[in-house]
Amino acid sequence: MYLLEMNHIKKEFDGVGVIHDISLAVQEGEILSIIGPSGSGKSTMLRCATMLETIDSGEIRYMGERAVWVDESGKRHYPKGEEAKKIGSYFGLVFQNYNLFPHYSVMKNITDAPIHVQKRPKEEVYREARELLAKMGLSDKEDAYPCQLSGGQCQRVAIARALALNPKILFFDEPTSALDPELTGEVLKVIRSLADLDITMVIVTHEMAFARDISDRIIFMDQGLVALEGTPEQVFGADHARMREFLGRFNEN
Amino acid sequence: MSFEVMVQQMAEGFVQTFAIFALTLLFSLPLGMVVYFGRASRIKPISWLVKIYISIMRGTPLMLQLLVWYFGPFYLWGMNIGNYKFTAIILACSVNYAAYFSEIYRSGIEAIPVGQYEAAQILGYSRGQTFFKIVLPQVVKIVLPSVTNEVINLVKDTSLVYSISYIEMFAVTKQIAAANTTVVPFVIAGVFYYIFNCVVAFIMERFEKKLDYYH
Repeated sequence: MYLLEMNHIKKEFDGVGVIHDISLAVQEGEILSIIGPSGSGKSTMLRCATMLETIDSGEIRYMGERAVWVDESGKRHYPKGEEAKKIGSYFGLVFQNYNLFPHYSVMKNITDAPIHVQKRPKEEVYREARELLAKMGLSDKEDAYPCQLSGGQCQRVAIARALALNPKILFFDEPTSALDPELTGEVLKVIRSLADLDITMVIVTHEMAFARDISDRIIFMDQGLVALEGTPEQVFGADHARMREFLGRFNEN
Repeated sequence: MSFEVMVQQMAEGFVQTFAIFALTLLFSLPLGMVVYFGRASRIKPISWLVKIYISIMRGTPLMLQLLVWYFGPFYLWGMNIGNYKFTAIILACSVNYAAYFSEIYRSGIEAIPVGQYEAAQILGYSRGQTFFKIVLPQVVKIVLPSVTNEVINLVKDTSLVYSISYIEMFAVTKQIAAANTTVVPFVIAGVFYYIFNCVVAFIMERFEKKLDYYH
């Protein structure tokens, strides 16, 4: 069964098409990376999947259930109430600029939603949060505030915050774009360690080497379309003019 | 009249000044939030009406508004306004300050990055939780210096109720000065207002310090 299916998604902003009929599916335990030039619609695709943006056409399924769809008349159907809560609990999202809550300590950033949204017992949530922090190498930062942390540490807290809700699928929206190479390294290391735990992940990234190493499958997007899709070997070895051009720019840098 | 008697009479008047100040704050601070929600309403007529209200409150003198609140009911409906003066003052000041506070709140709420709302949405917070747990605490920190400004203004604006002959410290001061042909009461009044505002500023600074743990 597919955890996530996005079928024939179309999205435009002010009449300008950003995504033209894209379909993708993610299996349980799979790591999918989406690469491509800026403006190709990668992040928009993630934002549609996480319902931060509405779609103009197509449907989104989680766990085989239809979560979002647009009918023939163009009317959007988005889940409401309990249904929305349930579907929202299937996924987590790690933002490019972390979006931690600045007035909450590291611990509260991680534990507040599990306690007050999922209504889970405090002791259990705190225990799990400590385990997550240990995994992130941040055990000593429990009581720190985001403003006292480096960008890499913030992003690791954000990853812990997303994981604390036990999502079935975790989305990353360019998680290292705001970081210098050194901090990028420490965040990528953490994401790699999640791969070993069989967490399903969809990663939008500009880190080509990382995407090649970690992914089961890669999608190369260009101008709102899937230009290339396959295993890392297939995509990076493909004789595809646009892909070569795109990688060429990366290799030059 | 001796200096001590002057100070004592003015201190009695100050009780009234403080009552106006405290009650106005008590009502206008929360009312400002309601006004903000009205202005931000997606129902256009409500948002327009609130905008007009804010515009009038800010665009006309508080002293004039006091006169209208106090004498209006009498001229319009012949209402007996004998015991209504204090109520009129609290109404006029609260409704006026709420307009200013609502704009201060708006500046704070609009300063919260959209990413905070998005993170809250992804984590499953309800709209109410998002507002009260995530947005509002950050807004308080942002608006505190502007609120302090308004609160200090309010201390001084209480003297405007003199225009409808309400007896508080300022009115007492004028009476004593006129009866004794001296400027001493004016100086004492100045000291009263100044010390009061120093206390206000001190308390607000403590609040700001308390929220200094993050930025």
